[in-house]
Amino acid sequence: MAEHVHNHDSHASDGKIAHAHDPRYGLNLMIWLILISLTVITVAVAGIDLGEYTLFVALLIAAIKSSFVINYFMHIKFDDLLFKIFLIFVILVLLVVFVLTGFDVFYR
Amino acid sequence: MSNNSTHVASATHSDGHVHVHRDDYGAKLGMWLFLFTELLLFGGLFILYMAFRVEYIQQFQMAAKELKVYMGGINTIILLTSSLTMVLSIVALQRRNVKGSIFWLVTTITFALGFMVVKYFEWSDKFAHGIYPKGPALMEKSQGEIVFFGLYYTMTGLHGLHVMIGVGLLTAMLIQLKRKKVHPDRFVPLENAGLYWHLVDLIWIFLFPLFYLLH
Repeated sequence: MAEHVHNHDSHASDGKIAHAHDPRYGLNLMIWLILISLTVITVAVAGIDLGEYTLFVALLIAAIKSSFVINYFMHIKFDDLLFKIFLIFVILVLLVVFVLTGFDVFYR
Repeated sequence: MSNNSTHVASATHSDGHVHVHRDDYGAKLGMWLFLFTELLLFGGLFILYMAFRVEYIQQFQMAAKELKVYMGGINTIILLTSSLTMVLSIVALQRRNVKGSIFWLVTTITFALGFMVVKYFEWSDKFAHGIYPKGPALMEKSQGEIVFFGLYYTMTGLHGLHVMIGVGLLTAMLIQLKRKKVHPDRFVPLENAGLYWHLVDLIWIFLFPLFYLLH
C-alpha cells in the first residue's frame, strides 16, 4: 500500500489530481459513436437474408458492442487484473452452460 | 494489492473523530460480484430463448415481424446514449466538476425515463391488438409464437424492471451528490451505480437483435 491516502487510480502530477488513464470525454464519445454505428449496421444487416448466418452475425455484433461497453464504459480495461479474471471466469461459466444445453437442444 | 484502491481505516482519535472505514476496491469488487449474479439470472432466460428458438425457428421468425424495429431501435440508441452520459457524469466528478456531474446524471435519468415511455407505447400497442399473455389475438397464434411473446414479455419486462431500479439508484446518487455525500474524493458510489446502469444497457444489446431483428 502507498503510504498516503489516495484515490482510485489517481496520481499526483502538476500539483493536481490526474488519473492513470486520465478520464476523458473524447474517448468515451468515440466509443459511443462506434456503438451507434454498430447498431445501424446490425439493423441494416437484418434486412439482408443471410440464411443460417443471420443469428450468428447478430450475436457477433452484439458481442462486439458488449466488449466496448464492458472495457470502456464499465472500465474493465483499466481495472485491476482480479476484475478481469473474475469476468472471464463468469463468461466461461455462461459459455459452458450454453454449450452443454446446446448439445442437448441441437442433437435431440 | 495495487495502488488501484483506497483504504481509509482509522480508529476513533483522541480529538473525537469518528471511526472511518472505506474500501473503494472492495466496494467495486462487491458490485461486480452482484452484477455476475445478474448475468447468470438473464443468462438462464437466454438459454430458454435458445432452446425454444431451435424448436420453433419459423414461428419465432414470424412472431418477430410483429415487433416494430424502429421502437426497439430508438430504445437501443436511448440506452447507448444514456450509458455515455453516465460515464460523462463520473468523468466530470473525477475532474472535480460537481455541477457537470449533476447535469450528466440528470440527463441519464431523463434518457432512462424516455426508454420507459417508448416501452409504454410499445406494450400499449401490443395490448390493444390483443397480444399479451392469454390475450385473444395471441391465443389464436401457433404454439411457437405464443412462446416467443411469453419470452418477450418476461425478458423485456424483467429488463424494464431493471431500468426502473436503475432510475431509483441514479436518483439516489443525485440526492447524495447534492448533499455532498458523494463528492470528487468519494466517487465510488456513483461508479457502482454507473456499473449497474451499464449492465442494463448490456442486456438490451442482446435483447434487441434477438427479439426485433431476427425475422
